[in-house]
Amino acid sequence: MQRPTVAGLSRLLRKREASSRELVQQCLQEIERHNGDLNAFITVTAEQALTAADAADALLARGEGGPLTGIPFAHKDIFCTRGVRTTCGSKMLEHFVAPYDATVVERMAAAGLVMVGKTNMDEFAMGSSNETSFFGPVRNPWDPERSPGGSSGGSAAAVAAGLVPAATGTDTGGSIRQPAAMTGITGFKPTYGRVSRYGMIAFASSLDQAGIFAASAEDAALLLEVMAGFDPRDSTSADLPVPAYSQEIGASLKGRRIGVPPEFFDAGLDAECGARVREALGVFEQLGAKIVEVSLPHLGLSIPTYYIVAPAECSSNLARFDGVRFGHRAAGVGSLEELYKRTRQEGFGAEVKRRIMTGTYVLSAGYYDAYYLQAQKARRLIAEDFRQAFAAADIIAGPTAPTAAFRLGEKTADPVQMYLNDIYTIAVNLAGLPGISIPCGYAQDLPVGLQLIGPAFGEAAVLNFAHQYQTAADWHRHRIARSGADGLPRMIDVTGSTGRSFSVVGTEMPTGKPRR
Amino acid sequence: MALTRADIDHIAHLARLAVSEAEVPEYVGKLSRILDLVDQLKQADTRGVEPMAHPLEMSQRLRSDEITEHDHREYYQRNAPEAEQGLYLVPRVIE
Repeated sequence: MQRPTVAGLSRLLRKREASSRELVQQCLQEIERHNGDLNAFITVTAEQALTAADAADALLARGEGGPLTGIPFAHKDIFCTRGVRTTCGSKMLEHFVAPYDATVVERMAAAGLVMVGKTNMDEFAMGSSNETSFFGPVRNPWDPERSPGGSSGGSAAAVAAGLVPAATGTDTGGSIRQPAAMTGITGFKPTYGRVSRYGMIAFASSLDQAGIFAASAEDAALLLEVMAGFDPRDSTSADLPVPAYSQEIGASLKGRRIGVPPEFFDAGLDAECGARVREALGVFEQLGAKIVEVSLPHLGLSIPTYYIVAPAECSSNLARFDGVRFGHRAAGVGSLEELYKRTRQEGFGAEVKRRIMTGTYVLSAGYYDAYYLQAQKARRLIAEDFRQAFAAADIIAGPTAPTAAFRLGEKTADPVQMYLNDIYTIAVNLAGLPGISIPCGYAQDLPVGLQLIGPAFGEAAVLNFAHQYQTAADWHRHRIARSGADGLPRMIDVTGSTGRSFSVVGTEMPTGKPRR
Repeated sequence: MALTRADIDHIAHLARLAVSEAEVPEYVGKLSRILDLVDQLKQADTRGVEPMAHPLEMSQRLRSDEITEHDHREYYQRNAPEAEQGLYLVPRVIE
């Protein structure tokens, strides 16, 4: 069986060769079988999904509905879902049932997509390995001893393992692209403002952007068409028409220019990962594109800039979690101040507290100019680098992450080591640009991601370049197929049309259970 | 930049976070490492550079002054840890 794609499932549904109920049941069975190993889902909404699938089947039987009607998928647990628990990976919201739907949730439901559950994530999207989740780490389906990346690790693992054909994610510093790279799938972050942030629990408001995980750029294009667009409920939403992305991914790349910054191939890049990315650039040349050198001289400033801007915004956004109106509340407190302090101490995990403390410090009296104001100036330098690079190139290409998936626990002792993993993705968020990660081969038998970055609102170009690559190279079709009966040890095989295969032994772990 | 125990106490108070005695050394170590990382930015030449607060640099949009939401207080308060008669309960503030 090929990796299921949204486009392929849509054709099956519309030809009535499969029903939405059958597809949803298959997803639920896969989740039941494998979530114990992967911990990709926090909440599974089986009953609700089957009801929605039946409604989709009724529409399709009448010849109604759109191209996405009846397709199962999952939402990252950062999107508010009315009547369904929304935890954001935190003890603080362990029992929170959202009173409304996020705009993304509303729009995907209106398009007929069927949500089967909410996926695991780093707590409040703060992390690059999915190890900060209150519900325990997600395991990478390619090797369960490794991280799937973060913060949208649950969505990435769920799509990579074939539990769902697509899932939403959010990307504040690389949280869609880096896990997509580490799990061998397609992960797309649109331009800041292209997709509404209403109902998406805020981490760093000037950086957060919703996006998509799928098997291919074609699927990402189909899904972006329904997610994107102006939302009057989000004051940062861009009031621009949404192109028909899925119709714009057939354009030839002959004569198009791909900018490659030498700064993306620094000493920190794993040699095998670098080799795979260079091979991918060769594929683009065969497709008629021209490789040109561009420079991002301030790329080195992006991590320090991000780790001032993001914690500053997070310390402000997370001030609302005080134990009064919703979420966790400490018991037996004597004063309001004690209520705030103990609630936040008990409800937040270590990484969230570190970022709140960092943000509070850089915004505190006497330090604002030295840190926050300086970071806002550096941010402009970084954005200006991209502007100049796009004068010479239609798109910028490079690696998504400096290494393939790292081992769980490998970077948790030192937050700075973890932060450095996002070196190639963070600048894109600071500049607010669209970016995609697509699989381009293997390093140490693990997937490697190729990152393509476009100018603001250049989603159509990014998706077209990615789609054209995927018409010439088949890495995105490789899938992880499992064999063996339920129970341990479970073998996980990786096969692709190239005939390559290998296996690893899975391990058992609890499903969606809090770890602290 | 090495933070002190007093710095940690001060930041924790501003952030309304309780920090236990046992956590202080870890905060001192890890926050100092993070500040060393972000301190690199002080070397950047940003003379004459306009700060950039927002990637789209758009101005705040205003909506027409019309009621678009209705009273959902009862529904919203179902998530409240402690509420009574439409009010959120907190420890006594004024003696």
